[in-house]
Amino acid sequence: MAKAPAAPKFIGSPIKRREDPKLLRGLARYVDDIDLPGTLHMAIVRSSFGRAGIRSVDINALTDLPGVVAVYTAADLEGVGPVPVSGLVPDARVPVQPVLANKEVRFAGEPVAAVICETRYGAADAAALVDVDFEPKEAVVDLEKALAPGAPKVHEDYDDNVAFNWELVGGDVEKGLAEADVIVKQKIVNGRVVPLALETRGVLASYDPGEEKLTLWSSTQVPHKLRTHIADQIGMAENRVRVITPEVGGGFGSKLNIYREEALAAYISRDLGRPVKWIESRSENFLATIHGRGQMGEVEMGLMKDGTLIALRYTVLADCGAYYQYLTVAIFTLTGLMIPGPYKLPNVEMKVTGVFTNKIATDAYRGAGRPEATYVLERIMDIAAAEIGMDPAEIRRKNFPAKSEFPFATAAGLSYDSGDYAGALDKALENAGYADMRREQVEARKEGRYLGIGLSTYVEVCGMGPSAALGGQGWESARVRVEPGGKVTVFSGASPHGQGQKTSFAQLVADGLGVDINNIEVIHGDTDTVPFGVGTFGSRGTVVGGSAVVIACDKVKEKMARYAAMKLEADASDIEFAGGKVYVRSAPEKSADFAEIAGLAYSAMELPPGTDPGLEETHFFEPPNFTFPFGAHVVLAEVDPATGDVKILRYVAVDDVGNQINPLLVAGQIHGGIAQGAGQALEEEILYDTGGQLINGSLMHYSLPKAGLFPRFELDHTTTPTDVNPLGAKGVGEAGTIGSTPAVVNAVVDALSPFGVRHLDMPVRPERIWRAAAAKGEQG
Amino acid sequence: MIPSAFEYLRPETLEEAIRLLQENSEEAVLLAGGHSLIPILKARLAQPGILIDISRIPGLKGIGREDQALLIGGMTTHHEIESDPEVNEVCPLLAETASLIGDVQVRNRGTIGGSLSHADPAADYPATLIALDAEFVVTGPDGARSYRAENFFEGPFDTAMEENEILTSIIVPAPQGKIGGAYCKAAQQASGFAVCGVAVTVMLSDNGQIEFASIGITGVSASPYRASGVESALTGQAPTAETIEAAADRATEDIEPIEDLYGSAEFRGHLARVWTKRALEQAVKMAGS
Ligand SMILES: Cc1cc2nc3c(=O)[nH]c(=O)nc-3n(C[C@H](O)[C@H](O)[C@H](O)COP(=O)(O)OP(=O)(O)OC[C@H]3O[C@@H](n4cnc5c(N)ncnc54)[C@H](O)[C@@H]3O)c2cc1C
Repeated sequence: MAKAPAAPKFIGSPIKRREDPKLLRGLARYVDDIDLPGTLHMAIVRSSFGRAGIRSVDINALTDLPGVVAVYTAADLEGVGPVPVSGLVPDARVPVQPVLANKEVRFAGEPVAAVICETRYGAADAAALVDVDFEPKEAVVDLEKALAPGAPKVHEDYDDNVAFNWELVGGDVEKGLAEADVIVKQKIVNGRVVPLALETRGVLASYDPGEEKLTLWSSTQVPHKLRTHIADQIGMAENRVRVITPEVGGGFGSKLNIYREEALAAYISRDLGRPVKWIESRSENFLATIHGRGQMGEVEMGLMKDGTLIALRYTVLADCGAYYQYLTVAIFTLTGLMIPGPYKLPNVEMKVTGVFTNKIATDAYRGAGRPEATYVLERIMDIAAAEIGMDPAEIRRKNFPAKSEFPFATAAGLSYDSGDYAGALDKALENAGYADMRREQVEARKEGRYLGIGLSTYVEVCGMGPSAALGGQGWESARVRVEPGGKVTVFSGASPHGQGQKTSFAQLVADGLGVDINNIEVIHGDTDTVPFGVGTFGSRGTVVGGSAVVIACDKVKEKMARYAAMKLEADASDIEFAGGKVYVRSAPEKSADFAEIAGLAYSAMELPPGTDPGLEETHFFEPPNFTFPFGAHVVLAEVDPATGDVKILRYVAVDDVGNQINPLLVAGQIHGGIAQGAGQALEEEILYDTGGQLINGSLMHYSLPKAGLFPRFELDHTTTPTDVNPLGAKGVGEAGTIGSTPAVVNAVVDALSPFGVRHLDMPVRPERIWRAAAAKGEQG
Repeated sequence: MIPSAFEYLRPETLEEAIRLLQENSEEAVLLAGGHSLIPILKARLAQPGILIDISRIPGLKGIGREDQALLIGGMTTHHEIESDPEVNEVCPLLAETASLIGDVQVRNRGTIGGSLSHADPAADYPATLIALDAEFVVTGPDGARSYRAENFFEGPFDTAMEENEILTSIIVPAPQGKIGGAYCKAAQQASGFAVCGVAVTVMLSDNGQIEFASIGITGVSASPYRASGVESALTGQAPTAETIEAAADRATEDIEPIEDLYGSAEFRGHLARVWTKRALEQAVKMAGS
């Protein structure tokens, strides 16, 4: 019986997530589920002011409290290094962020002391009794006021509150604007939002004095980075620290940081010789885990009357917070890199002024800089379309590079790998029935109903990324081991925390080795067992991590083929893997079980020429470029101008993420992404008062998008593979978020166009809508 | 997010509960569904020494019928009210109101007595119970007394109840006739509480005029209130669009709307007028059908 080369059986199939049964049955183990005997509990005493001096920290009230073991303040931690930062730009001011504040606190929620107690409740009670004598000072909250002469300073050591200046210039914007027929301008605020992973942060540190080793269970996206930095902060050898990420309940970028509590728990566990656990409360999560976005700027675009874009300038204040976290500065530069979006824009310029404020740092939040770019661009595209009287779909299509123009070099200096932007837009418009939608809009208006149609066409940069472009560590690692019994274990350096790569990596290897998916085990998130890795962020898990898996798998397969060739008396190049067997392609009646060949490689009684025993291969995959997924989203929304209520009637999305390994996982990512992006558009914004107090830091006050906000998502895709990696996959973790925010806002603004509204800042909450409509009244 | 330590008591009878309250009035707080109290304790905004759980007291829970009225125990949950066949038949307005509170978990735990006693100025029931002319029965060391709904609320988180009293039941009259009701709310996006909630009942006479209209408004001012100006503008009138609109314009007469993150005073006043108009339109339509 002849066997054709196996068609992919698993890759491309909507296989259900292998992660889910345990999650759904409550059998998953998060940091807080891990109980070690003798564990101590840490509670953090935090600043209750945005900015204040610390006169003293009085712990006398704790003296006789049962269970209190120790209290640490800054003075006890002099040898502990500051919070690590990276991704800086030249000449950035880099304030030192100590693990506990010493003389001054710079944001509400900043850690001042760590209380260690036998029980978690005891720790909370004891922390409440620590008496910090604060000397409140005027806080810096508003970005413009922060830069005004004479403003109070977040850091007294600097002359002002400027954190950094950075600009990106491509082409000649001044000249472009001079040549343009029309110039449109808009001030745009992209407020702060909270990543709000469902599992808050948490860490359990356990120092073994005998082994002189520290094990850290942490809810993080970057176990190896955490290991490197914690070892450095507390002065241990890197290979004496083991970081394990058990189940991690979401991150959205917020756990791509090294936080103070991680170093505290690690240091204190070593100091006391007992395990120390800290689980973040939801209130702390609002206060002391990074926020996202935080841009306030003006965009200016020049174009010709026929819609051809000439030049774009975005000048922006970036809200850094009081200290940087891991990638605070870099996130703003990503906005610059993507500011031309999917359009041919020969002249672009982005000028960023980073501003220190008395708030928690901003950092990566789903999309991390690209949603900001897309939002600014997609808003100004609609404004431009209205200005020249062109349909929003038409002006977009007019400025896309053609499919044949890829790889496409942008004025911002990137090379877009592949694309068919018009293809995605056309499909989205067709699926939406765009022309009918526009007719429906006209009809509705006659009945006094206000429908709006919002478009966004986006491209984003992900698959982070070439190491040189990232300032190091852009690769990812994988090891594939065929076990002696024929099972396959995959060790990945990536660190999935909800994305589902235990499923998709298994699909890759099942097809690669022609075995059933149930024979494959995927292991990640343990620095003692997986190869040195980078982590999961920037939609890189599958694109970079999966590529490493595929290449490591190919290497194993190549070696295994030699064992098969020996056994089947054939040439290794003639060996085929399929259905749990190995065949000789030219003589398919000659076959052996996959497991049997695996056994041969380990028994090693006989070796093929030039071949070592064992079946285990590692690969570090370095991507030659980023990847650039793209898409088009169309939203139909109804707005009630009297109440400001918005109802999303339809959500149509066409996303192109290259080849899809698992369409079900892709759809899941798009669903969540759309919801998260729409949340910012309609409901989410975290607010500080003028004293630097967080005023809506709870889920009773800060609204997350809920299912009731949405109709059924109408998803579709086009497929434009990339040649940047062996999978042809582009990454999907952030695409939905990037596309949805502007699409939703554009729909609301479009609905309000009869009132002369051309822009509303997010979140477009009811009162904003009502005011905008009421201010102008219906105009004709 | 961890409350300070407290003692937990669970009386078996109403008398015992009242006695425990009396004995510990300085530091004891009643615990019903816990969906207002527990968040407060977790944020350490209150640190009572004793919680008296009244959830197991027989007779405090459940829905009955007495003549032309519904009798609802203070410990009855929002879910029980929203799903009870009798409430849905006799007083659909109340069932609808309950169904709009928070989310499923909140409705499964939270109680009507807890909601009314807590007197959050943005709670939903007060508007509806004012519009329905309900009575609240409270029981204390000196026995039981009752309040009309509109006289019960004295300010944000403040009621006319005395110390050591327990809200034991709610009596909701259910008059017969061409009755229509509606509850409309603009919900706070995070919690679902009312930024503005308007409850309306209207009765039409046989000739189609408005016999009476009763309007309760919550979320708009420091306490829920009866919109008397609107009511008097409607009584005896034909329910034309103009009459309704003009009446609704009086929704915030003599009222100072509050202001917070979810709406300015101006917006709340505006919402009160818009939703009063729309609720009236719905209620009149229902009464006429
Ligand atoms: C996420 C969330 C969303 C919510 N959304 C809404 C909403 O949309 N609309 C709305 O109206 N409410 C909402 N609520 C509040 C909810 O309805 C509460 O259940 C209700 O306010 C309190 O009822 P409880 O039984 O939980 O009382 P508890 O929390 O147990 O008690 C509240 C207070 O009342 C006192 N008390 C309780 N019962 C009695 C009694 N019988 N006699 C005297 N005093 C008593 C207690 O001592 C306490 O001070 C929400 C709550 C949450 C957590």
